[in-house]
Amino acid sequence: MEKKGWDGFEIGAMLRTFDGAVRDIATTLPENRPYSQSSSFTASVADWRIEKPLFNKDYCIDCQFCWVYCPDMSIISRDKKMIGIDFDHCKGCGICVEVCPTNPKSLLMFPEQKDEESALAEWPKKEKKADTEVKED
Amino acid sequence: MSEIKKIKNLKEFSTSADRFEGANLLCPGCAHSIIVREVLNATNDDLILAASTGCLEVCTAVYPYTSWDASWIHIGFENGSSAVAGAEAMYKALKTKGRLKQPDRTPKFVAFGGDGATYDIGFQWISGCFERGHNMMYVCLDNEVYANTGGQRSSSTPIGASATTTPAGRISYGEKRNKKDMMAIMAAHGAPYVAQVAPNKWKDMVAKIQKGFAAEGPVFINAMSACTTEWKFAPEDTISISDLATDSLVFPLYEIIDGTQLNITYRPKNIIPVRDYLGAQGRFKHLFTKQNEYLIDEWQARVDAKWDYLQRREEASV
Ligand SMILES: Cc1ncc(C[n+]2csc(CCOP(=O)(O)OP(=O)(O)O)c2C)c(N)n1
Ligand code: SF4
Ligand code: SF4
Ligand code: SF4
Ligand SMILES: [Mg+2]
Repeated sequence: MEKKGWDGFEIGAMLRTFDGAVRDIATTLPENRPYSQSSSFTASVADWRIEKPLFNKDYCIDCQFCWVYCPDMSIISRDKKMIGIDFDHCKGCGICVEVCPTNPKSLLMFPEQKDEESALAEWPKKEKKADTEVKED
Repeated sequence: MSEIKKIKNLKEFSTSADRFEGANLLCPGCAHSIIVREVLNATNDDLILAASTGCLEVCTAVYPYTSWDASWIHIGFENGSSAVAGAEAMYKALKTKGRLKQPDRTPKFVAFGGDGATYDIGFQWISGCFERGHNMMYVCLDNEVYANTGGQRSSSTPIGASATTTPAGRISYGEKRNKKDMMAIMAAHGAPYVAQVAPNKWKDMVAKIQKGFAAEGPVFINAMSACTTEWKFAPEDTISISDLATDSLVFPLYEIIDGTQLNITYRPKNIIPVRDYLGAQGRFKHLFTKQNEYLIDEWQARVDAKWDYLQRREEASV
């Protein structure tokens, strides 16, 4: 995007999130939204991460704890199912891993360079302990 | 009348399409963002939003980007409340004159401000908005410190916390004044709805936001916002620290209707010691010394007394 200087804007200028009108934004999923270059959705914070979360769907119970507690809208859930991670916007905080209640966890942190295939291959097995209590929603 | 969005359970909630975007510059693990998501996703109505200066505002409107998929305005530190109140007054005027372009829409007016903006610097403006009775919601993102400028104490900072302007050291144990009771002050305005929320209790929070949206008149929400940077805990612990706060009753969850009816909305099954909450955060580290340990007992006594008071008010229905 071509950046204007601070004095290149008219006083009272408004940044538009979308190119064109969107009538019901609250019911339009990101993939169907005409984001403009002014939306931070089009930017990336991937380079903030040292570690990233990876997802193993074999253990996931679709509880959506990761979705509701991710501060960065980076857990992608569709039709009540967790389907993956948005690595442009994930900052690698690790909250999703902490709140994941399954045993073993369905989300784990790995070094940023780790490839998904080898992570899945070495995913830990079920731990024997009684205190993996599922929080009530 | 607007329809209330149906959110029976978390699966249903997860079908929401966020109107707050990533690649904002809030710290990894920042609770401000979790709160904003829960507030915005509580409705499908149009949103008219304002933010006072502070982490949320500074990090979500960084040139050339905006992270908001709704009308959003920032003016100054003190006046997020009056910015939204002005928009609401204009909306009412256009409605009365029959000049709304989309009269079928039922927009919600929400202002966000930090505790610095709310408890201190914007207090007069908020009080004015509530006295005038605007149909708006004010959400305080209460991280108990001026986070955006490096951690100065505010009148929300609790006793014993080390802040940059009340540092703990050889002589001082940190902040010496008790946290201001903003809930009581806002309820005293006679507001139809005042509630304390925490993002780790998403269901309680969403229910309160929806009640707030349904109320006629000004609504105050005090939202606990655990700050990884200033409270000094690891970013992945934002939710577990919040759990410690709500389950130790340091941060009790309750609502006050019409300034008089107080209801407790969350009673922990196991109440945990305040010590566990304090011990999990770097800002209270110095309390765990021989010389300061008495302050932890005082903390516990204050929390017990407040819980007792809240229960008595609930029982007496006042
Ligand atoms: C009138 C005025 N005074 C001081 C400042 C500097 N300032 C900007 S943000 C900020 C701290 C905000 O603290 P708070 O409201 O608690 O929000 P937080 O950053 O903690 O979310 C301060 C002091 C300002 N912008 N305007
Ligand atoms: S690591 Fe943090 S930002 Fe990334 S998906 Fe998990 S909760 Fe979201
Ligand atoms: S928290 Fe874990 S189990 Fe629940 S939806 Fe997310 S990945 Fe699946
Ligand atoms: S300093 Fe605290 S409130 Fe501010 S962005 Fe960082 S975590 Fe959030
Ligand atoms: Mg603050």
